Amino acid sequence: MSRLFLYLPLALFALLAAWFAVGLRHDPSRIPSVLIDKPLPEFSLPAIEGHDNALSSENIVGEVALVNVFASWCVPCAIEHPQLMKIAAEEDLLITGINWKERPGDGAAWLRRLGDPYNYIGDDADGRVAIDFGVTGAPETFVVGHDGRIRYKQVGPITEQIWTEDIKPVVDQLRKEAEK
Amino acid sequence: MIAELGNFALIVALMAALWQAVFPLMGAVRRDRALAAGSANSALAQLALIAFAFGCLTIAYAQSDFSVANVVQNSHSAKPFVYKLTGVWGNHEGSMLLWVLILAVFGAAVAMTRAGSLKVVTLAAQGAIAAAFIAFILFTSNPFERVLPAASDGMDLNPLLQDPGLIIHPPFLYLGYVGYSVTFAYAIAGLIRGRIDAEWARAVRPFALAAWVFLTIGIAIGSWWAYYELGWGGFWAWDPVENASFMPWLAGTAFLHSVRVVEKRGALKVWTVLLAILAFSLSLVGTFLVRSGILTSVHAFAVDPERGMFILAILALAIGGALTLFALRAGALRAEGAFQPASREGALIVNNVLLVTMTATVFIGTFYPLFIDVLTGERLTVGAPYFNAVFAPLTLLLLFAMAPGAVLAWKKGRLGAAFRQAAPAAGAAAVAMIIALWMTWPKSAAAAFAAGLAVWAGGGALIELARRVDLFSSPKRSLARFAGLPRSFIGMTIAHVGMAVVIIGAMGAGVWRTETVRLMNIGDVISAGGYEATLKSVDEVQGPNFISETATFDISRNGRQLDSFAAERRYYPVRQMQTTEAAIRTTFFGDFYLSVGERQTEAGWAVKAWYNPLVLWLWLGSGLLALGGVVAALPAAQRKPVQSPAAEGAPA
Repeated sequence: MSRLFLYLPLALFALLAAWFAVGLRHDPSRIPSVLIDKPLPEFSLPAIEGHDNALSSENIVGEVALVNVFASWCVPCAIEHPQLMKIAAEEDLLITGINWKERPGDGAAWLRRLGDPYNYIGDDADGRVAIDFGVTGAPETFVVGHDGRIRYKQVGPITEQIWTEDIKPVVDQLRKEAEK
Repeated sequence: MIAELGNFALIVALMAALWQAVFPLMGAVRRDRALAAGSANSALAQLALIAFAFGCLTIAYAQSDFSVANVVQNSHSAKPFVYKLTGVWGNHEGSMLLWVLILAVFGAAVAMTRAGSLKVVTLAAQGAIAAAFIAFILFTSNPFERVLPAASDGMDLNPLLQDPGLIIHPPFLYLGYVGYSVTFAYAIAGLIRGRIDAEWARAVRPFALAAWVFLTIGIAIGSWWAYYELGWGGFWAWDPVENASFMPWLAGTAFLHSVRVVEKRGALKVWTVLLAILAFSLSLVGTFLVRSGILTSVHAFAVDPERGMFILAILALAIGGALTLFALRAGALRAEGAFQPASREGALIVNNVLLVTMTATVFIGTFYPLFIDVLTGERLTVGAPYFNAVFAPLTLLLLFAMAPGAVLAWKKGRLGAAFRQAAPAAGAAAVAMIIALWMTWPKSAAAAFAAGLAVWAGGGALIELARRVDLFSSPKRSLARFAGLPRSFIGMTIAHVGMAVVIIGAMGAGVWRTETVRLMNIGDVISAGGYEATLKSVDEVQGPNFISETATFDISRNGRQLDSFAAERRYYPVRQMQTTEAAIRTTFFGDFYLSVGERQTEAGWAVKAWYNPLVLWLWLGSGLLALGGVVAALPAAQRKPVQSPAAEGAPA
């Protein structure tokens, strides 16, 4: 009997290893979105101070677009920002921003300092629209197809790697679909 | 050119490691001495080659060679020179290179020990581990990869890592993690040879102590870094990666205690071997945790499943292999000495059961979120409340058992006598408890109780020391007896006192601290723990690779003017990251700690002030723990010709 006991650590470890192997396939920053493949929520937001282009769902529908939730108080947004600037410069892509829970003027000042990659920006001061999108924190980015359906959700900053490996392929695919 | 040389050296090191894993073992089996003796040389060659490769990478960093991808990603021409050098291990690839370098250092240390078949088999196991990790570097994480054309400048090192604490934290931690590879290799060798005895214990103990000392220092430095750099005034967050370093420490502490029983009494063999395997397995799991990004953590550098899979494969081979060997061979190990429950051995078993239970609770808390995610896809985190609720009572039990454990005799002790002997410690503990309660009321009484138990634990060790040196005879006699004490006993006493000091420090910094937050403008005052700080000025200062917002405060205590100090918020433009540099005034009794937040438009700056009592005790206690380990590892002094009274009370 005691000999069998000696196999116990091995058995426990085998379980653990199997569980790690499965766990590895899970991305820790992934939060399952209920919105994937669902139509974009309908909304209409005012422009932020110092900007003319307000954002409503009508601006987005009919084009392949990024909807980026950002705020000047959010440190990861500052990390993400240069990448968005780069995308705006290099890609012919509609980039829209939801300026989340911001005090008047702060978002505009932040964009003056760092540059403005957005075609349209909506001011979501009370965070209502972000709730419709199921936003849990900033930054979050949604990729919307020309049919107005949300096709991809990125939680956390878009890094160069995430852009080239995860998001750009989705965008390219959606553009192909749009051309058909 | 230099990068290619480094790469080449690493490839040759892989060959050396593979050779070391296979051929000397064949030599040992065939009784071919020359072949068997080769393992020591190959371990030394491996060290030279890896040190050379590491030197090459360091030169690439020193010269800011932006044709090397690793340098581009983690360095910047404007970075201070010392951080260019330490940037070598501030990233995944470089830190893995440091890992194998340390592995080679330990391999070489084993190679220097007395020749014998135990050494050959141990070095073979060590070589196999080295080969696996060098292959991991070469195939998935090569630091010598080039980028062509060369980049014009680098992306800078994560500013959180540009800090003196972080220069030394990872090397110490790795020295600890990797040090357990030696105990692991010895365990494998012991199982293969079917002999776990006093000789085995004496061979493995210095390495186990070295690993434990390094790990203790590494954890303490990490905790110290979190304390002053992260700007939230805390020292321990039960973050997955902190836990990853803590688990091997707990298992290693258990091992240090049980290996004494093997050495002295020839018992607990199966259990001790299992602990040796466990300590290194947990170190590997720690590496896996940080390097695979399987759990979210401030430390997880990158989510990379490919690397994770490779490390998981190494893990499965090493741990799975070792445990298979354990299952097949451990049954043949025979205990030699019998003992009564109330004995030093019995106390050490209690210690082991508690420490392993603590390891398990940390393990469960750390991996539970992953487990749930795999089963249900649900996301959750296990926070400090779980750990405090489960861990604290176990720690209290451990502290309680430490005093009688230190005074009990081997083989057959008397529990009643042990408690009577420790009675003065109980008195001191009661006094400490009352003082703590009086000074900290209405804070948690449990913390005062814990501090009292710490005094009891440390006191128990000191009482045994007093008895052994016959303290109340004459100073001369006591000194003479002290000189004759075994190093391991002195080390144990220092470490137990250190543990008590750490616990008291943890109560101070964790439970008894006070905190104030307010919005401040120039001239405003914030106070905590009797200190008052007046905001004098806020200036923008240009650093070498950052811009700093420096807030200067004048501080006074109970109306008496003291010096002024400055808290900073630094902005690193290349990485677009901000860090906080807290202002800390340290005394023996406590720290006054200020951290400045974002400017809130016209209302002023958000400033947090803490008074953290006894924080210094955490670092002093950790130092004592490490010192105790060092003293215990020192080779025993040459035994003098027998002095008459030394025979009594045969030292443990």
